[in-house]
Amino acid sequence: GIELISFLSFFFFFYRPAIFLCFHFFLSSWWTEVQMGPPDPILGVTEAFKRDTNSKKMNLGVGAYRDDNGKPYVLSCVRKAEALIASKMLDKEYLPIGGLGDFNKACAELALGPDSEVLKSKRSITVQTISGTGSLRIGANFLSRFHTVARDVYLPKPSWGNHTPIFRDAGMQLKAYRYYDPATCGFDFTGALDDVSKIPEHSVIMLHACAHNPTGVDPRPEQWKELSAVIKKRKLLVFFDMAYQGFASGDIDRDAWAVRYFLEQGHSVLLSQSFAKNMGLYGERVGGFTVVCADAEEAKRVESQLKILIRPIYSNPPMNGARIASTILSTPELRSTWLEEVKGMADRIIKMREMLVTNLKKEGSTHNWQHVIDQIGMFCFTGLKPEQVERLTKEFSVYMTKDGRISVAGVTSGNVGYLAHAIHQVTK
Amino acid sequence: IMSIFGEVPQAAPVAVFKLTADFREDQNHSKVNLGVGAYRTDECQPWVLPVVRKVEKMIADDHSLNHEYLPILGLPEFRSSASKIALGEDSPAIKDNRVGAVQCLGGTGALKIGAEFLRRWYNGTDNTKTPVYVSAPTWENHNAVFSNAGFEDIRPYKYWDAGKRGLDLEGFLGDLESAPDHSIFVLHACAHNPTGTDPTQDQWKKIADVMKRKSLFAFFDSAYQGFASGNLDKDAWAVRYFVSQGFELFCAQSFSKNFGLYNERVGNLTVVAKDQDNLNRALSQMEKIVRITWSNPPSQGARLVAITLNTPELFAEWKDNVKTMAERVLLMRAQLKEKLKALGTPGTWEHITEQIGMFSFTGLNPKQVEYLVKEKHVYLMASGRINMCGLTTKNIDYVAESIHEAVTTVQ
Repeated sequence: GIELISFLSFFFFFYRPAIFLCFHFFLSSWWTEVQMGPPDPILGVTEAFKRDTNSKKMNLGVGAYRDDNGKPYVLSCVRKAEALIASKMLDKEYLPIGGLGDFNKACAELALGPDSEVLKSKRSITVQTISGTGSLRIGANFLSRFHTVARDVYLPKPSWGNHTPIFRDAGMQLKAYRYYDPATCGFDFTGALDDVSKIPEHSVIMLHACAHNPTGVDPRPEQWKELSAVIKKRKLLVFFDMAYQGFASGDIDRDAWAVRYFLEQGHSVLLSQSFAKNMGLYGERVGGFTVVCADAEEAKRVESQLKILIRPIYSNPPMNGARIASTILSTPELRSTWLEEVKGMADRIIKMREMLVTNLKKEGSTHNWQHVIDQIGMFCFTGLKPEQVERLTKEFSVYMTKDGRISVAGVTSGNVGYLAHAIHQVTK
Repeated sequence: IMSIFGEVPQAAPVAVFKLTADFREDQNHSKVNLGVGAYRTDECQPWVLPVVRKVEKMIADDHSLNHEYLPILGLPEFRSSASKIALGEDSPAIKDNRVGAVQCLGGTGALKIGAEFLRRWYNGTDNTKTPVYVSAPTWENHNAVFSNAGFEDIRPYKYWDAGKRGLDLEGFLGDLESAPDHSIFVLHACAHNPTGTDPTQDQWKKIADVMKRKSLFAFFDSAYQGFASGNLDKDAWAVRYFVSQGFELFCAQSFSKNFGLYNERVGNLTVVAKDQDNLNRALSQMEKIVRITWSNPPSQGARLVAITLNTPELFAEWKDNVKTMAERVLLMRAQLKEKLKALGTPGTWEHITEQIGMFSFTGLNPKQVEYLVKEKHVYLMASGRINMCGLTTKNIDYVAESIHEAVTTVQ
């Protein structure tokens, strides 16, 4: 104490300037003012789930597919593609900035359809991206730099949580249009049309192509048609986020219907695709970003600018996942295996939805649970309120996000009964 | 049709990739590509490291592995083993629990995350005006990484002395002295790209002294550890010295070259902080940045590197593979110099063997470079940078003769 102070005083007196700087240097950190970042809400759910010792616990938080045993599922077409690729002993040379050409071509065809006029006239450009997030980020950066006539991006209310910070960080401003109707747990069609009809011209409008995240509520084809007309009238720039093609209905063409319809109607869209869920390639980060242009010459110009955006972020994309996806899409037997397997995943989800409702009825619930079946894709907006969600977690060890969203992929034939029982207990 | 993108201009192609594209189209059978920085064998072929093939097969055969998302900050065993490579197994900073890391998409990705973090959090919460210094010359993407991260004031620091074909230490130290306190300096840990000229240990000490005195931030770019001298520890000396001097620093590591994993995008941003608390807060903010950039990193390459670094026999085999590459480069350097001397090519060519790593700044001027590309079909960067890996025992005579011709024909 005292000795230390005298010692320091002595030194300080004689070596003042140097010591001052040394003290500053050795005692302070550059990061003293850095605040602790808020915990990720979804990851927080998983953390709490992991700590729970209840054997009946269920994790309905994270959006990754699970099989009927609750296990991660590696598609057999993926394993086969991997074996095929390994046998070729390929090198590991850098991909072009825009990614693997074969992948980009197959990725675009998958979304737009093989007979797409856009593809035939070569008036679109598709670049390989770091899954869906990376695609959205490149798109956001592209809009920020080149879509200078408008700064606003309109998201459906609600939308995927990460949309907002991505666009905001890129310099865009976020607005919303009505989408989910909590009264019906369905689509607020009139609200959406009303809001969209008032969006300032040339603004960007984000549309979830299928299996809306987080609600699972998709417009019906007739509703998409009306939306397209209003969007066209308002001269809005459409940005489709398609993270679940094939995964929603089990049919890749059906799930891409909205995107293809909009293109037929003359919208020049931006499109983000992810292969995380529909090919189970989550950690390999496989995605695409497409810009539909006026003509091939413009597509070339846009391509050159996309490369300029990509290079200072990560230079060029990772090979492994894109190679797997490309192999699957362009090898006939693998492609048909994939179509079966993606249908299998979608069918299991649909079955769990049906079983959940059946079991809720069996439990004696008199609520209308039709929305659980009407909603589509990995997620279901149950309509549960925060207090009910909290009870589910505390009393039954069922983990989900506070907005009442469950990942149906986390439901199995083994635990659907327990889930129905738990939900009934907190809602009766 | 009226298009939203009607006004989008055609961007210039990235020079180094355009060079390779031009090389590919060239029909001349004497052509040599001394452009892109990737290792080539003496048969001028890409080389997948034997240890990489081995581990790839291990991964493929392990059906307990799946393709689930990695954590946002990446594969834990990759991050920690990669940081150990940079800082040393026995690093006191690691023992003090004040070293963390973010798995990133290659060295570029590591620079990106580091830059984005610094712009937000380094010296106050808005560092758009904080000067960022990059060496003159430097890797052409450094500028874009930092400016795209929001830094508005990117300046060169003197580095390459074209006259003496070596390090301009006085100029470097002078720029350090005149830099505003707290400026950020991007330092090449070893095998400077593009000059191949590194400070000596004594010179690094002088650099560190000034940086410490002026509270300048050290952001190391380490893309060639092991590849430069053939020895991992030797190549990491500068980074470790700075850590031993108490610096908080970033080290953007790439495993593209030393593992030959170019297209798997394996990188690591090593963060050294004063203590664990500061480290954790910094990492939590980096997580937020990662989430809005790529969400979480690709798993294949990180798995491969982690398994290799954490398995003693594989680690030894890897070090051996790295040595093989480094030694071939050293051999080509020695032979090129010999041949130029034998030809009596005007000028001094000592720098060919004094420089280190993949690249050599030949000192050839743009006109001479143009001559080489157009007349001799020897492709190199306009700066005079050559990739030594593009040289083989089969083409080195042709290249030496071509350089001789260029130097004697074009002034």
